[in-house]
Amino acid sequence: MYTVPLPRIGTDIAWRDAAKRLIGAGVSPDKVLWDFDNEMGELFATGTTLPPLTRRIKAPQSFVEMANWVVWHKDPQRFARLYALLWRLRHQPGLMQDRADAELAKLRQMEKGVHRCKHKMKAFVRFRDLRQKGERRSFAAWFEPTHHTVEPTAPFFARRFADMDWMIATPDVTAQFVDGNLSFHPGQPKPDLPEDAAEALWGTYFCNIFNPARLKVSAMTSEMPKKYWKNLPEAQHIQGLIAGAEAKVQQMRDKAPTLPPERAAKIKRQLRGDQAED
Amino acid sequence: MARLDLSQKLAILSDAARYDASCASSGTTRRDSRDGKGLGSTEGSGICHAYAPDGRCISLLKILMTNFCIYDCAYCINRVSSNVQRARFSPDEVVQLTIEFYRRNYIEGLFLSSGIIQSPDKTMEDMLRIAKRLREVENFRGYIHLKTIPDAAPELIEQAGLYADRLSINVELPTDNSVKAYAPEKNPATIRKAMGDVKSRKDVAGERSYTGKRGKRFVPAGQSTQMIIGADGSTDATILGQSTQLYGEYKLKRVYYSAFSPIPDATAKLPLIRPPLVREHRLYQADWLLRFYGFGVDEITASRPDGNLDLEVDPKLAWALQNRAQFPVDVNRASKEMLLRIPGFGTRTVGRILSTRRHRRLRYDDLLRMGASLKKARAFIVAVDWSPGGLTDSAGLRARFAPPPEQLSLF
Repeated sequence: MYTVPLPRIGTDIAWRDAAKRLIGAGVSPDKVLWDFDNEMGELFATGTTLPPLTRRIKAPQSFVEMANWVVWHKDPQRFARLYALLWRLRHQPGLMQDRADAELAKLRQMEKGVHRCKHKMKAFVRFRDLRQKGERRSFAAWFEPTHHTVEPTAPFFARRFADMDWMIATPDVTAQFVDGNLSFHPGQPKPDLPEDAAEALWGTYFCNIFNPARLKVSAMTSEMPKKYWKNLPEAQHIQGLIAGAEAKVQQMRDKAPTLPPERAAKIKRQLRGDQAED
Repeated sequence: MARLDLSQKLAILSDAARYDASCASSGTTRRDSRDGKGLGSTEGSGICHAYAPDGRCISLLKILMTNFCIYDCAYCINRVSSNVQRARFSPDEVVQLTIEFYRRNYIEGLFLSSGIIQSPDKTMEDMLRIAKRLREVENFRGYIHLKTIPDAAPELIEQAGLYADRLSINVELPTDNSVKAYAPEKNPATIRKAMGDVKSRKDVAGERSYTGKRGKRFVPAGQSTQMIIGADGSTDATILGQSTQLYGEYKLKRVYYSAFSPIPDATAKLPLIRPPLVREHRLYQADWLLRFYGFGVDEITASRPDGNLDLEVDPKLAWALQNRAQFPVDVNRASKEMLLRIPGFGTRTVGRILSTRRHRRLRYDDLLRMGASLKKARAFIVAVDWSPGGLTDSAGLRARFAPPPEQLSLF
């Protein structure tokens, strides 16, 4: 029996390394326990060292890519499920193309979940200006991801916001980017971030880009589920916009057409004159 | 008139921009700022940073530079004859809003449009000044979409293409006659010429010179257009015919359909009814079928004699209901072309079916796992353990999908 400890930071590399050793030594899935971030405690600590890496292990590229996503899922069974599929792949090399296989379908579904979480993190992190002195500006955000997505998503923020320092704090893992260097730290409680005046402007934009004549709340919530709202500054306006929409449309309807402003006639005359000269 | 502060201007000029349907920020070149000398990145697929309660994605800061306008387009809130409150951003204000919103991860970039002030050239020059400052002074590497003014000088449009990821020129309405009737200052021929110019300029930029070097990047995310539906009497067949032509002739990335929306201070010329959102939705579905599913315009619009799409069921289902003789289709044997015509099967599902068929014979549950919508598809397919029997040709099949008839209400 092997118990494989997997750290919270660097989970992907640790899992892949262990999986390669275990597959290389022919250890079947029922002989492996995966222990994420010491969650099992001392009880299951067997202290067995993993077998050495003796040969190059081959796995389909599509499996490697899928595993790189699935390891970040919150399901405690993720590591065991991945290893079980890797075990089957030894004798069923075409398995990855079989979209009807139930085990693979489950993993694909988990992959999709992580994919979505990563996408939502890219979309919904909201930075606040820390207004610190210095050459580089500095920003910080609080975010609550569904899966362990901070580590795989942080490089996106590093590519995008390279000329500023930033921190994304989460209960799971905190990412920090200072002077061009990205680092990861244990998760933390929600920090006190300073108020940022830009949030009011962003709220103004959110309210005015909304078209009350096209109210479609379910389309909004399916893409921006309520669980994210508490960390989105613009979300505080949603209830009011929905409540006032019908009245606003009615107001437009009730208002009789107005006469054009005085300048309209003058501008029109000018425009016609210009065109005649052309 | 009291001076407007930034927040008031933003309110007026985003309100004025919300009738533009596009908020896409995808399909451009990959860029980042890892060198530490700039701000921003684009990585293929765009990101929707928020959703408004109208269900539409907010990806870009979509604003007008100004809503002063010398034109008098009947459907537009900013027409010269409207009494809407007017405002104008300074170039600096647009640049600062874009950069500060971007740094806080609110947006992917800027979609800048404008009313026509003084002249088309002057307006285009002012918009270019903003784009240029973003790119060259702020080193902004995020997404920029510029709404191009078709009457502006070709050199200006060409310059716009060097700063922008996407250009759009709106055809406004589905037919030339409607444009003439409702947008008297606009000329359909000029609009088409401007789109043609952008296309040929982009074609040239894609070619390599004799030294093998590529030309300067020119609108990497291509061009798009928008037409308003429901304001004039055009049928869906006319609209889809027009977009097919636009996709073909100008290699447009997208044609956006914008259901005419009641606007504040509307002109008496136009209907003040709630926009036909379902119609807009059906047009987008039909547009997809034309581009990715191998359907022709005639096939899609043949199901109803009036040339409009069926509002109760989606266009693919409508076609299948009309052409039941071609069903049921055996998912284990059918060609890709035929699989794509099955209601409830998307392009991805079809791809999965084709790859899985090499390994096993497909059963009903297998299809479920591949993401097919069997509620729709079941009447039209045969699998190892599934046959629809008489369902395919049953008289009540349409009623299973169409919503129950609405009770008339007293008014």
